[in-house]
Amino acid sequence: MAELKLKLKAPPQTPVEGEVLTPDNLAGRSLNEILNLETWRGNRRVKLSELFTVEGESASKPSDLHIIIEGDLRKVRHLGARMSAGKITVNGSVGTFVGFEMTGGTIVVNGDADAFVGMGMSGGVIEVNGNAGDAVGSGYWGTRCGMKGGLILVKGNVGTALGCWMKGGTIRVGGNADVFTGVRMQGGTIFVAGNVGAKLGAAMVDGKIVVLGNVPNILPSFHIDEIRPNTKVDGDKIEGPFYVFHGDITEGGNGKLFISVEKNPHLKHREAYIF
Amino acid sequence: MEYLLKNGYVVDPVNKIDCERMDIAVKDGKIVESVDESKAKVIDVKNMLVMPGGVDLHSHIAGSKVNVGRLFRPEDHYKDYEVKSGVRRSGVGHSVPSTFTTGYRYAILGYTTVFEPATPPLKTLHTHDELNDIPIIDKACFPLFGNNWFVMEYIRDGKLEECAAYIAWLMRSIKGYAIKVVDPGGVEAWKWGITSQDFDQEIPRFGITPREIVRGLVKVNKMLGLPHPVHVHTNQLGIPGNYKTTLKTMDAVKDLATGDRSILHVTHVQFNAYGGVDYLSFSSHADDIADYVNKNPHVTIDIGQVIFGDTTTMTADGPFEYKLFNLLRGKWANADVEVETGAGVVPITYSRSNYVHAVMWCIGLELALLIKDPWRVFITTDHPNGGPFTEYPRVFSWLMSKKARERVLKRIPRLARVRTNLKDIDREYTFYELAISTRAATAKILGLSNKGHLGVGADADIAVYNINPKEVNPSADYKIVMQAFSRAYLTMKDGEIIVKDGEVVAAPVGRTYWVNAKAPKDVEDVVIPEVKKRFEEYYTVKFENYHIPESYLACSAPIQPLEPLG
Repeated sequence: MAELKLKLKAPPQTPVEGEVLTPDNLAGRSLNEILNLETWRGNRRVKLSELFTVEGESASKPSDLHIIIEGDLRKVRHLGARMSAGKITVNGSVGTFVGFEMTGGTIVVNGDADAFVGMGMSGGVIEVNGNAGDAVGSGYWGTRCGMKGGLILVKGNVGTALGCWMKGGTIRVGGNADVFTGVRMQGGTIFVAGNVGAKLGAAMVDGKIVVLGNVPNILPSFHIDEIRPNTKVDGDKIEGPFYVFHGDITEGGNGKLFISVEKNPHLKHREAYIF
Repeated sequence: MEYLLKNGYVVDPVNKIDCERMDIAVKDGKIVESVDESKAKVIDVKNMLVMPGGVDLHSHIAGSKVNVGRLFRPEDHYKDYEVKSGVRRSGVGHSVPSTFTTGYRYAILGYTTVFEPATPPLKTLHTHDELNDIPIIDKACFPLFGNNWFVMEYIRDGKLEECAAYIAWLMRSIKGYAIKVVDPGGVEAWKWGITSQDFDQEIPRFGITPREIVRGLVKVNKMLGLPHPVHVHTNQLGIPGNYKTTLKTMDAVKDLATGDRSILHVTHVQFNAYGGVDYLSFSSHADDIADYVNKNPHVTIDIGQVIFGDTTTMTADGPFEYKLFNLLRGKWANADVEVETGAGVVPITYSRSNYVHAVMWCIGLELALLIKDPWRVFITTDHPNGGPFTEYPRVFSWLMSKKARERVLKRIPRLARVRTNLKDIDREYTFYELAISTRAATAKILGLSNKGHLGVGADADIAVYNINPKEVNPSADYKIVMQAFSRAYLTMKDGEIIVKDGEVVAAPVGRTYWVNAKAPKDVEDVVIPEVKKRFEEYYTVKFENYHIPESYLACSAPIQPLEPLG
């Protein structure tokens, strides 16, 4: 894999559009051409040479290109948007919309990511080795379809509305998730190793949410089905035992919640409703 | 500035010019007999199609419901945005474009006059705000009267003269252009639990029927001599079997007709030409409606063509939007405008494989093709209800080419093909007929004598398309037609070049037309204090704050009413 190293000269003061920084865009271009590519900084068009120094070499095919970006990219949004192949590694934190509508390839963030990681993505892998913001794996505002496929891995914590309107694919979170996890979910799988906030799976119609940690409460519109010793996420066996709830019945939904029995003694009274 | 457009093929139906090679001279914003060729800027438009600027009489481009559509559909915009460039401001497009983009995109299509067909009187201040922002095009708005308590009470009490005085006062106060009626009485009846108001069913609390409202308003329209006939969106829109209601509405005012002048414009008839009893037996009755319109000169219609794809429906017909929401279970916005009207907004995706949508697509084209006189059927998509106005070129290509229609017909469900007559219609519009239906006739029905033609003295609103009407056969080369009409080679507005080669090069402010309607002074003197008193009882705003001063309009263009029609 050819490596292309970009280094941010100085953290930008105004937001920068990072859509241009994808293997699809940079493959097959010389270093000079790459430096002359334009993007938006605030409301001005700037050349990449104003923002980055570039080293290494580009590949002819996007799938052979590995872009490594160094620096504080918290003001850079839409990084890797609509990418279909190749790999991007960010050594630092990034802004919003990482992997927006991406269809393939890999993005690794060795730092934190802001909100809307993998918004509307339909394939590929996003790995965040820090924390992520709100609405990971959701859909664009107003659309009724979130992430459709692919995998999002977050080592740390995530914000609210994780997997909002999600339709397919998998999200794994190593830390905690905030309120409204899996709201309006229509498919796919969410796995949270830590605790989640309230309103888990509100208005979900399908899909699966597995929580290993504490859940403050389960919405009254979820029925308890059974206690299961273990479950599977993408073929990996996860040891339980788990309370299994289904809902949200206000939407006629058939979503499944797998909630750790051990960490949630306050849900014991629900066991009486298992038939 | 003087211009001379040389050697174009001019199509100007008002002056009976059909694809003749002519020069058009422009001076000081008007079309003139000739200009001094040495002084004027000569533009060679050899072998191109020269038409008057397009006139669209029904397109929801401004107002509070349009803005609700913008606000609650971010997903409509994010793939279609425009970056600031040259004279253009940035903006977003698609089914509910932002105000500036609306102006630019209409100009690129060669349209120079567009009327917003539904504004609740109370919210017209907002409508004018947005109309002020829409650059280039001339525009106006039609206030809604079909569910107005004042109007219904006057009609109930048989006080037509007072009703006329009220409407004249309101038209002047809020700078409206024509009487718009949406689901007469139906929006009011919905507040009492009636979701489908029949044309001859009494409206609760008022004790009158929609028939009386429509008849009353047509009489008032004649008394006031408003330039445009009553613009009606009929009852039971969108419901299978509603073609009967449409025919009843048209027939209800037949005896009020005088001469050949249209007294009723029934709008987006595609949505009110359905047969069957439910969506399974849903069928087209476009032929019945076309038959009626062919025989009766007192009605005109526009088609409200459906375009397959994603769009936003928005209408003052609140109950209809509620029904649509119950079918689709997506997003829904609803509003009740005090004593005046209601409104609703629901996004929809028209799908080619959906039987109902496919039949709707056929009905619009059937109407346009079966009504013989292009002076009485106008091409619209009821933007954005049937589809965005940017899709007009596609509709033109379907009307001008049977081949283009058949290409779509092949892909719609077999049942839709079988149950409609579109497959048997061979008629194809000519450039001349297209110019009538999109410019000449619409300008005429709106009462704009200096629009829609290229005669001497007309406003220099000109659209030039890069297509040779003598060489191109639209029937076979419908794609060339579509391309040519989607990017005007040149659009001129009031003698100024606005669009050159599909790019906007200037964005002046367009006029806002309104009718300076007047009723007999003695009647108004009685009515206005009465209205003021009722205002205190009914409205949340003060009577004094209701009035919109003329200075509020960016470019005010008052129009005097016509001689009243007895």
